[in-house]
Amino acid sequence: MTAAEPVTGEPAPGRRPARSTTRTTTPTATPLDLAARIADPETRIVVCCGAGGVGKTTTSAALALAAAEAGRTVVVLTIDPARRLAQSLGLEELDNEPRRVEVPEADGELHAMMLDMKRTFDDIVAAHSTPERAEQILANPFYQSLSSSFAGTQEYMAMEKLGQLRASDQWDLIIVDTPPSRSALDFLDAPNKMSRFLDGTMIRLLMAPSRAGFRFASAGFMLFSRIVSKILGGQLLRDISAFVSALDTMFGGFRERATATYELLRRPGTWFVVVATPEPDALREASYFVDRLSSEGMPLAGLVLNRTHPPATTALSATRAEGAAEEVQESRADGADLAAAALRVHAERMQLATREQHLADRFTSAHPEVAVRTVPAAAGDVHDLDGLRVMGEALTGPDADTPTGTPRTRVLPARRG
Amino acid sequence: MRRAASFRGFYAGTVSPDPSLVRCHVVTGKGGTGKTTVAAALSLALAADGGSVLLIETEGRQGIAQLFDTPPLPYEERRVAVARGGGEVKALAIDVEEALLDYLDMFYNLRRAGRALRKMGAIDFATSIAPGLRDVLITGKIKEAVTRRHDGRPVYDAVVVDAPPTGRITRFLGVTAEMAQLARSGPIKTQSDGVMAVLRSPQTAVHLVTLLEDMPVQETADAMAELTAAQLPIGSVVVNMAAEPILPVDGLEQAAAGRLTGTDLSPALTAAHLPGGDGLADALAAEVVEHAQRWAAQDALRDDVEKLGRPTVELPHLTGSMDLGCLFELAGRLEEHLRDEVERADRGVSIGARNERGAERPAAASGDVA
Repeated sequence: MTAAEPVTGEPAPGRRPARSTTRTTTPTATPLDLAARIADPETRIVVCCGAGGVGKTTTSAALALAAAEAGRTVVVLTIDPARRLAQSLGLEELDNEPRRVEVPEADGELHAMMLDMKRTFDDIVAAHSTPERAEQILANPFYQSLSSSFAGTQEYMAMEKLGQLRASDQWDLIIVDTPPSRSALDFLDAPNKMSRFLDGTMIRLLMAPSRAGFRFASAGFMLFSRIVSKILGGQLLRDISAFVSALDTMFGGFRERATATYELLRRPGTWFVVVATPEPDALREASYFVDRLSSEGMPLAGLVLNRTHPPATTALSATRAEGAAEEVQESRADGADLAAAALRVHAERMQLATREQHLADRFTSAHPEVAVRTVPAAAGDVHDLDGLRVMGEALTGPDADTPTGTPRTRVLPARRG
Repeated sequence: MRRAASFRGFYAGTVSPDPSLVRCHVVTGKGGTGKTTVAAALSLALAADGGSVLLIETEGRQGIAQLFDTPPLPYEERRVAVARGGGEVKALAIDVEEALLDYLDMFYNLRRAGRALRKMGAIDFATSIAPGLRDVLITGKIKEAVTRRHDGRPVYDAVVVDAPPTGRITRFLGVTAEMAQLARSGPIKTQSDGVMAVLRSPQTAVHLVTLLEDMPVQETADAMAELTAAQLPIGSVVVNMAAEPILPVDGLEQAAAGRLTGTDLSPALTAAHLPGGDGLADALAAEVVEHAQRWAAQDALRDDVEKLGRPTVELPHLTGSMDLGCLFELAGRLEEHLRDEVERADRGVSIGARNERGAERPAAASGDVA
């Protein structure tokens, strides 16, 4: 197979190849060796990101299980797991602390936790103010709304929790599932946006009246304040003002904390795994994210192309299978109906796989430097350790170890093999 | 001839069981279930036979423009498709900042001041400090479109909203609760109360899009409980991307149980002179077993969907990329479903009786795997 074929042109990391390169064949994706990544003692953090609904949570859990079975002490931070998966990980109750998951015969340890963003936020407040002040803040209606529904709070708190887990140094490896935002980029952008907001000029302006001087109170601000109170009602402004004054001691802290965790993601030992399904939207998101990681200098392990449909045989193309189905049907032999139906199932499967391979090729053309691993769709939902183990094998197994011999970088074998 | 009347009586939800005119169709669903596609197809279905329909995008992702293959939509109502009998679908992508400027202009005559504030970044700030403000502005725009009249008659026969996902839908529609908490008085409160009056009325229906998978079905049930608690009217459950079985019934059952092997297939394959022998037969058998098991797993969830107790319509999984032709195909199915619902309501079939009869299921789906 052609999996090991080097990429022509040797593009600089993170840069697209020069336009002048004439390419007659689609570039071959390099294999993604996740088994080596998670077993490597140097690897301390793996972040699974991607658009919503692509299977980030399951991928994170499957990788964590595989790492535990490879002998590491792992914690997986999940954000919003499916109920049955959460149950199988012993996460019925949301207590914001890691819990050990019993994995018989594993050399290492698997711990799992589900993020409680409000509680994480409350903990930060409590840690950075006096008990009386903390109480004041926690009771403020504006804080309550901010901590439970501000767009970006979840991302910010996921980042915060990651920082805490890393600082405790209790785990060899932390695997993070990112919040189910529409855009994969939100995970990187939201914490900064939120800390900018909390430390920002506007909020300081709002505070100004409650402080001694009116130095900031320009005509523009007076207008702003009037309009805001007109629209939102005066009570909200008073709540915000009280909140901001109570939070005074924490100013600067938000930005510092967000920046520190952000830097953690750039350090050696962190790897990003981008997850996508073979759908145009999910791959577009993956593409944006890959570009962003490279411009931020953040390390990308590769792309997991989840829920592919590789056929059990590639000996028969879709067209030939359709033709054969008709032929079998006409033969009226015993079991002809069933055999014809089987051929139609195969024809449909080949069409689907061809489409998926085409989408994967387009991604690789744009990002030839990104290593790829395809993970076949399970017949049903993954909701127990056995299901996670099967997925873990698909994620970490040897590249060429498939029934058809098609490398796991691909859905279908390369045409010129 | 305008055709709005033909959908008179489409299911009105728990808030008011009286059949009446649904004009505001809110489409939600878990991320990845295809709610934008369903919303677009529904707008085509409602526009058939001369209807005038507005399709509203609320999440600023330009998914509608992509589906209809048009350039990105501005903050303005633009025609994106025509339907038979002179029907048309217009689309609007709501821009929150523009909507706030509209709002300032409408209520306070403050458009110029608003522009100045935008330069200061104050509008971004205002929509950030009050998370519900975005939703208030968007739902306010929806209400305005639903109630807009010209020459004494509604401008739009129907308004279809590509709404936020199930996890956020109740908060999105139920802004009043949040606003009442944040802004206990003031014009925002008055405005959001007015919006709720429309959203809770029998002219609104919240449709839920799901797939035959655990998570989406579970989220649909959760969202329905929340919507009911918030007194928001629930319309239909749309099962999207349902696979249709290729196998004959007996083979499907056998295969789903894993009792199908290459030897069941090879005689017929050999008779047709197919190359590859037993290897091919085994591979095909493996694919058939997977196909059958996947189908059985989906079919098992049909019972869960039925238990939700709402009118249900299934849309087929279309392979290949989604284009306008596919949208019209899906629209055809939705049109049929809407018509059935109206007929049932007209015949005076009670909701309870309808639920007993259960959801519409494709013929092959009944009782072959169970």
